[in-house]
Amino acid sequence: MYRYDEFDARFVAERVDQFRYQVARRLSGELTEDEFKPLRLMNGLYLQLHAYMLRIAVPYGTLSPRQLRMLAHIARKYDKGYGHFTTRQNIQFNWIKLVDVPDALADLASVEMHAIQTSGNCIRNVTADHFAGAARDEIEDPRILAEIVRQWSSLHPEFSFLPRKFKIAVSGSEHDRAAVKFHDVGIEIVRNDEGRVGYRVYAGGGMGRTPYIGHVVGEFVERSDILAFLEAVMRVYNQSGRRDNLYKSRIKILVNALGADEMRRQVMREFEELRAAGTLEVPGEELARIARYFAAPDFGAPTDDVPEFDAARASNAAFRAWSDTNLAPHRAPGYAIATISLKPIGGVPGDATDEQLDALADLLDEFGVGELRVSHEQNLVLPHVRKKDLPAVFARLEALGLGTPNAGLVTDIIACPGLDYCDLANARSIPIAQRISERFGDLDRQHDIGELKIKISGCINACGHHHAGHIGVLGVDKKGVEYYQLQLGGSGAEDASIGEILGPAFGEHEIVDAVEGVINVYLERRERSERFLDTVRRVGIEPFKARAYAGWAFHI
Amino acid sequence: MSKLAQILTANRLRDGEVVYWRDGAWVLSLAEAARLGDKDAADAALKLAGADVADRVVVSPYLFELRPDGRPVKEREIIRAEGPSVRRDLGKQARHVPV
Repeated sequence: MYRYDEFDARFVAERVDQFRYQVARRLSGELTEDEFKPLRLMNGLYLQLHAYMLRIAVPYGTLSPRQLRMLAHIARKYDKGYGHFTTRQNIQFNWIKLVDVPDALADLASVEMHAIQTSGNCIRNVTADHFAGAARDEIEDPRILAEIVRQWSSLHPEFSFLPRKFKIAVSGSEHDRAAVKFHDVGIEIVRNDEGRVGYRVYAGGGMGRTPYIGHVVGEFVERSDILAFLEAVMRVYNQSGRRDNLYKSRIKILVNALGADEMRRQVMREFEELRAAGTLEVPGEELARIARYFAAPDFGAPTDDVPEFDAARASNAAFRAWSDTNLAPHRAPGYAIATISLKPIGGVPGDATDEQLDALADLLDEFGVGELRVSHEQNLVLPHVRKKDLPAVFARLEALGLGTPNAGLVTDIIACPGLDYCDLANARSIPIAQRISERFGDLDRQHDIGELKIKISGCINACGHHHAGHIGVLGVDKKGVEYYQLQLGGSGAEDASIGEILGPAFGEHEIVDAVEGVINVYLERRERSERFLDTVRRVGIEPFKARAYAGWAFHI
Repeated sequence: MSKLAQILTANRLRDGEVVYWRDGAWVLSLAEAARLGDKDAADAALKLAGADVADRVVVSPYLFELRPDGRPVKEREIIRAEGPSVRRDLGKQARHVPV
């Protein structure tokens, strides 16, 4: 994986010293909270309901064993023994003390980790397909470009005070696992008719209060031009994005106010100027240097015929169930991609304990997996596992409470921290996820339902991606009491769509029944191999609405 | 003017711990917090708390309302007073701080 060069290492170390000094000045009274707040946010430190929360960047969702062990150490030493993986492939610690943060950041810097670009109105930590470098359908490892974008965007002087935060995601496959169309800028690695690899660039996607699907602003951007092109997009946004209204300041508002054609025209005008100047051309040798860090390990030449794997599937029902859902095709024969579900039935989505993190680091070392991935769906991924090792890997995961066989099923629910932790939340998300998970915990029932993505947010900011859920749940506050809106038909994949709200919000004790009702409608009306999402798209939301509100005393 | 009793709360600067106002000082437990029965008392407490902000004891003090039964109107304040509802082993509830 990518290793910092001396400039990165020095920069991160200097940032830790700088923040230590800023914390000291805050504690001594030299800085007021108003002065300090933007500084702490630039270092990923939020003040939440119960304590400070430290959000640590996991660039493109890749973690080494030593980084995992460091996260376990942070959880033990500075927190309460666990961390929470987020929908932006980062990890958050919920109980950090302000006075401890400089030491925690210094510890993180020793393993090339930090909390830079995890908050504030800057280009945020870049996300990528969590199957990067392993997926069978991949054109190119998206982390190469993600790393180039990181190097370009970190502390970019022109883009440190944007109108609002800016999120970029990169996908290297036709199948979009990075939700690129829901990002401020989404980049899809594509191959043109001549067989050349380049980038399709989307802009203006986003969730939050005003969800939009991104528009293509660059149909095929050449490799060497990508930074000039991105800088062109940023310039248009930085110049014309609104700064007068927090809710209208994201690039999605600008793109949709200008219209996609005008946005493209303005981007192209800036792009031609930048390209002519030539200063942002990505040098081929630098591209190659970075690509080497992401070179695939030597997979050898095993075959896909692995008797140990087949025997374990035949003899061990639990392994069979897990391998049915949690494995994905690997580019190399004899290998698989394994998803480690952080969604135990009735558990807290995305949470992992210090013991689990340490044990996963050991597992990576022992089985030569090399690195772990964090997915935006709040799961972890073992990108390169020998199929013959899978029975043993599964046994270890199971012993750690990490063997839940539910990847992509109804209990694999995304949920933001919600009102249990978050200062912005209007309602709790996690308990709703837990109740739904318990309701559908039976494995046969989950398999019968098939692929179904439920996504829950505790407020309109949509950290739980509810707009992109096949079933989306949004928590709202009515006079201090929690209610939940239900929406159907969203997708964050290549067939991106925004879910449609069903109707009035449900009470805390009604929402799980409503979810079960709409799933039952699907089971009754599906045709052949239709997924839940396909049925919703085919029949529309009315039949689902009728069932969800069946017991209500009024007509809607 | 609010008819409901109010509580003055803030987070402690050093560690973010939730604290409540009582007789010119800060306590950890909602049960021990002063019930500010009228607007004058609430405004006076909030003004005094400003000094503790300046002294770097707390950040972002604000008032919230209690229902007649003594529970906070907003779920948010119940969760702040107790800890995460999904981790009863953590937060004030785990330390048996009275709510």
